[in-house]
Amino acid sequence: MTAARRSVYYHTVMKPQGYNLDATFAALADPTRRAILARLATGEATVNELAEPFAMSQPAVSKHLKVLERAGLITRGREAQRRPRRLEPRPLAEATDWIERYRKIWEANYQRLDALLREMKSAQRKAVDALVTEGKPRPRKRKQK
Amino acid sequence: MTKPALQLTTPSDREAVITRVVDAPRALVFDAYTQPGLVQRWLLGPPGWTMPVCEIDLRVGGAYRYEWRSDDGQTMGLGGIFKEIVRPARLVATQVFDQDWTGGETIVATEIVERNGKSTITTTIRFASREARDAALQTGMTTGMEAGYERLERLLKETARG
Repeated sequence: MTAARRSVYYHTVMKPQGYNLDATFAALADPTRRAILARLATGEATVNELAEPFAMSQPAVSKHLKVLERAGLITRGREAQRRPRRLEPRPLAEATDWIERYRKIWEANYQRLDALLREMKSAQRKAVDALVTEGKPRPRKRKQK
Repeated sequence: MTKPALQLTTPSDREAVITRVVDAPRALVFDAYTQPGLVQRWLLGPPGWTMPVCEIDLRVGGAYRYEWRSDDGQTMGLGGIFKEIVRPARLVATQVFDQDWTGGETIVATEIVERNGKSTITTTIRFASREARDAALQTGMTTGMEAGYERLERLLKETARG
C-alpha cells in the first residue's frame, strides 16, 4: 500500500500531526519523569530543587531532564546560574488529545455493543416467550351457561 | 444506569489493556465478538466507517479477517489466527494490521467475566517484542497511558488555566 493510500484513520487517529509523539510517549513512560513533570506543573524548578524530593543524585535527575527536554516537554530558563526548568504544556496536551481520541473510538465501539446486546437480550426473551406460549394449551372458549 | 467508564492501562512494556463493563451475560458478549453479522454491527471505529468484510473461522488455528471502509472510500484491514477459544470466557488470537502499525504481530486476549448479569470485558494487546512495542510507539498506538497519567493531565489543565 502506498503512502497516499494510507487511511484517513491512520492520520487522524493513529498518528496526529505536529509534535514527535513517540518521543513524548517514550519520555512519559517513566514514572520518575512523570513525577518531575507533575512537579514542574506547579512552577519552574532548578535541577537541585528537582533532585530533592526524589532522593536522586543530580546526574540521575539531569539524565531524566535531558530526555524530557529532547521530547520538547520542558525547556530551560535563561538565568545563567540557576537555569530553571519549566514545563512546555503543548506536546503533552497533544499526547493526551491522542489518548482521548483513542478512548473515544473504543467508547463509541462499546456503546454500539451496548445497543446490540440490548437487542440480543430482548430477542432472546421474545424467543423464550414464544416457546412458552407455543407449549401452553390454547385457552378454551368458555361455555356459555 | 451509569456505565463504568472504559479503562486504558499499560501494565508492562509489552502490553496495553482496555477494560469495559457491559450490561449483558457473557454468552451474548461472546457471540457479539465472534459472529460476523454481530461484529459488523459494533466494531466500526470512528464515525463514517463501516465493516463490509468480516470473516471468522471460529476454531483454534482458524483465521479471521476484518476490513473497514470510510464514507470517502478509504480502507483499513487486519487479520489473524485464533489461538485459544473458551466459550464464553476467553478468546486469544494473533492480530496484524495490513499497514502493520503495531510493528509485527500482536496477541490479543479477550477475557469476559460475568457477575450479576453484567460482563467485564478485558482486552489485552501484547506486542511480540520490545522492538515491536517500540515500533508501535511510533504510530502512537499505545503506552504512556497509565493511571498516574490522568493525574498529570488534570494538573496540566490546571496549569493551562492558571
